[in-house]
Amino acid sequence: MSDINPMSIALKTCAKTFADGTKALEPLDLSINAGETVVFLGPSGCGKTTTLRIIAGLEEPDAGGQVLFDGQDVTQTPIEQRNVGMVFQSYALFPNMSVAENIGYGLKIRKMPSSQIRTRVGEMLGMMQIEKLANRRIDQLSGGQRQRVALARAIAVRPRALLLDEPLTALDAKLRDTLRLEIDTLLRSLQITAIYVTHDQAEAMALGDRIVVMEHGRVAQIGAPRDIYQKPATRFVADFIGTMNRLNGAVRNGVFTCRAGDLPWPEAPADASEILFRPEDIRVTESGEASRLQGTIASAFFLGDRTRLFVEVGEKLPLVVESTARRDFSRGEQIGLAIDPRGILIL
Amino acid sequence: MRTKWLFNLQLAFTLLVCAFLIVPVILSIMAGLTVNYLVGIESGLTLRWVMEVWNGYRNTIFLSIGISLACLVVTLLIGIPTAYVLARRQSALARAIEELLVMPVAVPGLATALALIVTYGSLSGFRTSWAFILVGHVLFTLPFMVRSVLAVLMAIDLNTLEEGAASLGASWWRRFRDIVLPNCRAGILAGSLMVVTLSMGEFNMTWLLHTPFTKTLPVGLADAYASLRLEIGSAYTLVFFLMIMPLLLALQAFAQPRLKKFVAEDDIHE
Amino acid sequence: MGPRVKPGVTAQIFPSPRASSCETRGPIFSVPEETTTKMQRETRRLILLLLPAGIFFSAFFLIPMAELFLIGGTGKEGWAAYASIITNRNYFNSLLATLGVAVLTTIVTLIISGISGVFLQRHKFPGNGTLVAMLTFPLAFPGVVIGFMVIMLAGRQGLIGTVSEALTGDKIVFAYSLAGLFMGYVYFSIPRTILTVMAAAEKLDPKLEEAARSLGASPFRVVVDVIIPGLKPAFISAGAICFATAVGAFGTAFTLAAKINVLPMVIYTEFTLSANIAMAAALSFVLGAVTWIVLALARTAAGGTVAAAG
Repeated sequence: MSDINPMSIALKTCAKTFADGTKALEPLDLSINAGETVVFLGPSGCGKTTTLRIIAGLEEPDAGGQVLFDGQDVTQTPIEQRNVGMVFQSYALFPNMSVAENIGYGLKIRKMPSSQIRTRVGEMLGMMQIEKLANRRIDQLSGGQRQRVALARAIAVRPRALLLDEPLTALDAKLRDTLRLEIDTLLRSLQITAIYVTHDQAEAMALGDRIVVMEHGRVAQIGAPRDIYQKPATRFVADFIGTMNRLNGAVRNGVFTCRAGDLPWPEAPADASEILFRPEDIRVTESGEASRLQGTIASAFFLGDRTRLFVEVGEKLPLVVESTARRDFSRGEQIGLAIDPRGILIL
Repeated sequence: MRTKWLFNLQLAFTLLVCAFLIVPVILSIMAGLTVNYLVGIESGLTLRWVMEVWNGYRNTIFLSIGISLACLVVTLLIGIPTAYVLARRQSALARAIEELLVMPVAVPGLATALALIVTYGSLSGFRTSWAFILVGHVLFTLPFMVRSVLAVLMAIDLNTLEEGAASLGASWWRRFRDIVLPNCRAGILAGSLMVVTLSMGEFNMTWLLHTPFTKTLPVGLADAYASLRLEIGSAYTLVFFLMIMPLLLALQAFAQPRLKKFVAEDDIHE
Repeated sequence: MGPRVKPGVTAQIFPSPRASSCETRGPIFSVPEETTTKMQRETRRLILLLLPAGIFFSAFFLIPMAELFLIGGTGKEGWAAYASIITNRNYFNSLLATLGVAVLTTIVTLIISGISGVFLQRHKFPGNGTLVAMLTFPLAFPGVVIGFMVIMLAGRQGLIGTVSEALTGDKIVFAYSLAGLFMGYVYFSIPRTILTVMAAAEKLDPKLEEAARSLGASPFRVVVDVIIPGLKPAFISAGAICFATAVGAFGTAFTLAAKINVLPMVIYTEFTLSANIAMAAALSFVLGAVTWIVLALARTAAGGTVAAAG
């Protein structure tokens, strides 16, 4: 039904050591299903872009590494023969060509007759809602327009996988939100195998069927966005995605005790020296409600729909608490806190 | 007002400098067109001297044009690939190669010419041909072509553009033809103008490299200055001005920053 | 979570039926037999591209220069020829004269071009463009033509002589001496130096000057504390080129007089009149080394690239 014929991608013990000896990527095994959107997420230098470039054919894995497209070894195939679409952070649009020529370039390379190129370019322009820009030069486009052209150009050749390297990083926040939605719609409708590299967790959460969180050239966790958020496998993942609160203490007689007070503790696990939880799993208790945790407000930021509180509880870092209560909070105020036991993590 | 006074002083100074540069040019143009420069413009205007130059020295003009065009072809053929390599590899080795290539410009032309003569002077067929001069000119002008193209290649994100083209299926040759060359047009044009202009005026090397049968325009000029009357030297200089003027004007127009700055219209969805 | 499949939407986005038979699908995954890495293939390609320039440059510059160096040691003085620029009184004097003219040219050119260059960059008035065009017009004049310009100004039939004769009865002629040579080199150096200074002045942040003024600095202090330090790299690189040109140029001196005792003329005389090829080779090799070192030092000092001299 679709013209796109999505393929599965597999990496087998792909490692990358650069000429200067830097180890960019530890041996990595990864399978990406046909039609799936996988997001590589991590701080800069974590190896996510290197992995993408290995899949693209722009980098070669160290000896022993293998890249498989639909089960076929393409490790030695240069990028120009891999039939993957690629979108670059800096767009990489050709300044010597118009918008239409950019989009049609891959088709020209494939020796498609020019009448068909025109039709296909027209479709692409329509799909990205940039029909009016067809004859513009690249330096006459805004950042958002450039990104749309880059996407159209990558998709025009009907690649078997779409590789996106931080495509929204160079844009401002508002435009990022708009384009994120557009890319999501696009990937869903194309059913294309897509690999998306970003350091922005919101982008990763919104777009990924699965997220691969990377750190220091290693995979820290692979999972669906919800799993990554709710069940982070490591402290790094817990801290990198969303905000995480932590309390140090000890379990004694079925109670977890810390400087701020205590909370009831289930039978298992028997012990914990540190508990972690998200801001949405802790709340400010109502006046009159009995609370076993106490803290002092260090700062309060009114955000409109809620108030973000930083609460001093005798730990290294204050707790981040979000309250939707219709009341003022003032610095130095003593408040009671309650933690939802379902949100507690022990790593 | 104090700043106004300062402005006028600087303007006067600049005009003086300008006069220093331009007055002799005007004097020489006049001398080339007057019947007798000692008497002055009253002696009448004439094209006689220009004709004498044309009759006596037109071969030097043709030779200079020929050599400068040949020089352009050679510097294009070997300079653009060199600039491309230097842009692709930013290693210490690449910097060293660039440094080496500039040496014929840093080292006095006299030394380079002597070196060529002591090495190849005995190959008489080569020594007496215009190719001998061409070799010197290519050495001298090549860095200008390489630098000019390299500057443009460094300003565009060459690596990413090439990767973009490769991801669309373009082989190396297609990338070079469709992406690299068109995007360094500006550098190629500026470099070409530079090469032709410099080759046309090169004297330091050419004076030693030339033979009686391979006299270029500047060599002819030196001859004329040394042995002929001032009017003929002036007329010859006038011919030289006429030849390099279009090149210089083109170069200047080119050096000007592109005034046409397109302002991107608002993003259609914003 | 599996792949998301919504075929209905796709049909709208790619309305055309499978359009062409031209798309490469089949053979693209064929694995090449060779096992060279991408890096090796690219390096090989780059070396190949560098080869023409490499061969040309080696054959016509590196080898001849080595040859020149060897020949420098074959004269009757042997390798001592390389020291003769210091030990031989005549050569040493012409070295001093050459360096003296070069230093003076550099200083005077920098002052003139510094003033006019900054002025023309800072004040955009009607006629500014014409002035810049006129100041940079002699950019590509060869040395011989520069020499002729000096003769037009200060030669036997020159403007200065004519004017001075009319005013004082004394005809001032200095074209055929070191003074004339100096004038020629300044003439030659002004256009490119002004261009360099203007380019650097354009990049100076006017806010720095405003900041200095807001702190109470006088215009003079602003020049000393902000503008000159800001232009220093440009001054160093442009100055190095003035210097190198003045040391190595030959055409101007040749046009003015064979008697001017600067090194390039000495080399030329040794080569042609005395046929002392070894000495000419040794001297020109030393001259080349000196100029190259000055440019290399200036490049290091300026931090950037010193554009080559013409």
